Amino acid sequence: MATVSTTPNQIASLEVARPPRSLMQDAMERLFRNKAAVAGLVLIGLFMLMTVFAPLVAPQNPLKINSGKKYLPPVWIVESAAGKKSEPQFLFGTDTLGRDVFARTVYGARVSMVVGFLPTFIILLMGTVIGLVSGYMGGSVDNLLMRLTDIVYAFPDLLFFIIVMVSLRETALGRAWNGLILLFVALAIVNWTGVARIVRGQVLSIKEKEFVEAARCIGAKDMHIMFRHILPNCIGPLVVSAAFTIPGLIITEAILGYLGVGLRPSTDPTDFFITSWGALLLDGRASINAQPWILLAPTLCVALIVLAFTFLGDGLRDALDPRMRGTK
Amino acid sequence: MATYIIRRLFFMIPVLLLVALITFTLMRSAPGGPWDRDADRRQVDPITEARLNEYYGLDKPLWRQFMAYVIGDVNSKGKFVCGIVCGNFGPSYRIRGQSVQDLLFAAPENKTFWESQFGYSARLGMLALGLAILIGIPLGVIAALKQNTWVDYISLFVATAGTSMPNFVIGIFLIFIFASGLHWVSVLPDWDKPQAWILPATVLNFGTMAFTARLTRASMLEVTRQDYVRTARAKGLAERIVIVRHMIKNALIPVVTFLGPALAGLVTGSFIIETMFAFPGMGKAYVQAIGQRDYSMIMGTTMFYAFLVALANLSVDVVYVFIDPRIRLAD
Repeated sequence: MATVSTTPNQIASLEVARPPRSLMQDAMERLFRNKAAVAGLVLIGLFMLMTVFAPLVAPQNPLKINSGKKYLPPVWIVESAAGKKSEPQFLFGTDTLGRDVFARTVYGARVSMVVGFLPTFIILLMGTVIGLVSGYMGGSVDNLLMRLTDIVYAFPDLLFFIIVMVSLRETALGRAWNGLILLFVALAIVNWTGVARIVRGQVLSIKEKEFVEAARCIGAKDMHIMFRHILPNCIGPLVVSAAFTIPGLIITEAILGYLGVGLRPSTDPTDFFITSWGALLLDGRASINAQPWILLAPTLCVALIVLAFTFLGDGLRDALDPRMRGTK
Repeated sequence: MATYIIRRLFFMIPVLLLVALITFTLMRSAPGGPWDRDADRRQVDPITEARLNEYYGLDKPLWRQFMAYVIGDVNSKGKFVCGIVCGNFGPSYRIRGQSVQDLLFAAPENKTFWESQFGYSARLGMLALGLAILIGIPLGVIAALKQNTWVDYISLFVATAGTSMPNFVIGIFLIFIFASGLHWVSVLPDWDKPQAWILPATVLNFGTMAFTARLTRASMLEVTRQDYVRTARAKGLAERIVIVRHMIKNALIPVVTFLGPALAGLVTGSFIIETMFAFPGMGKAYVQAIGQRDYSMIMGTTMFYAFLVALANLSVDVVYVFIDPRIRLAD
């Protein structure tokens, strides 16, 4: 293949030189011209920095119990109905035990970021391999894998997460990383089906293309064709589906936390994952009448990060669509 | 057609069996059993436990327990007790003497079926679906007819926000505004009054409504370019008739197929909303069962939810054939 591709370049060098641009370069340019997508990207970047530099962003210790300062209102409410006065060092007030809500929200972002990205990686890996093999091999392999996909797809996913989290909570897997590892596994087992279907669809059309036929003619092995020729042509849809998978996972974590079966909140200061937005929502739900502001920070964070990823995903989808090439 | 439906119904069996197998396996691997009273860590004495196990058939080998759970088995009195295939979800582990199906479907005394836990959830789900249709479809149609005007942009913004925002976020914001801020509604309302249903139904329908609007808009724009619409205009039909008879009628095909899964999603996906508003439905009972680790209740509800979802998935394909004459299914 490499020897063939030099000829068009030689011809191009004779013509008026316009630097060759790949689809990816085009896509990047279109993406950065999309204001909503850039805003989403910036927001995601900010959240990531916040997770890494959490101790600097929130100087208060998220685990410290300030026993005399329970239920302090946030700074914009001077005095709560219960007669508590806000204090400037507790930006969003304090919770039931007198812990700083702002610090807990900042540290909670760590879980959401990890829950968003790590399982997505596993999901893409599983979905891509299954979709590639299924679409490329065809026949009975395809039939078998697609029936499996149908069955997993038909399984009500939120219910599956709940059952897994409830039943395997006390096992070694359920204790690792305060239950996060178990959550990753559960999320990955269910969510790969969408990716597998997308990849399979792509493969079915790509494998009929001339360049695949050419590769087969020069004696390329199946594995080589699948991973070197077909897979790179699936990158666009894969990136888009990743951008939409991540917010879905963040929402799922928040829901499970809200139901009390997500991450176990930790009291150990050496733990990296102290609390999650879902766990904070659960804390807030318990006191929704008296101290509704406890819910405000985690809710806003979930809303912002989900919107950011949606804008980015929409932008990526438009940018990676080859039909948009050349449009301003 | 009949062959197709029958084949699809048969395909539901392995799916539901797998759901049953997974739920059963996980139920058995979960810590604690039906006879644990974990509140003060009192233990049932071994003789009583053996009796109870024998009575409920828990002394049998696991595969036989699974068969009993799914199909049924002869109980200790020599009488055949049917399993999940007959709608028997087994006894609740927390509420003695009550079976899971009683907890879910049995109406309280002197009340109708609609007052049962499932009845409440079904009513809320249908109300939300009705709202989603009544608001979402006109919104999508108007947005498409006024494409690239401010009407379009506003409805697109609402639709994008609605589909990407999780409904509990919207719920929390509405509670902030209407319950905590304005005190218009109580956080613990009386569910016999219709106005109490407004807030939960609004929150629940929002995502579905937004998705319906997006789908309708996209589908309307697609239909606008079709030849039969041009033909209808060319033969001089009034614009109103072109829109109603030719465009909307065809544009709603993808929307109608979405409604089956949407209803299943609304009925099953409401547990956050039900918990948030202290709504006495199946979702809240489910969340409570999770908190109390009432395994048989969790598993039974999961099986029922899975059945609903499978049925909804089937309904999509069947409805498609009925409303779109261009689609023929391979028998």
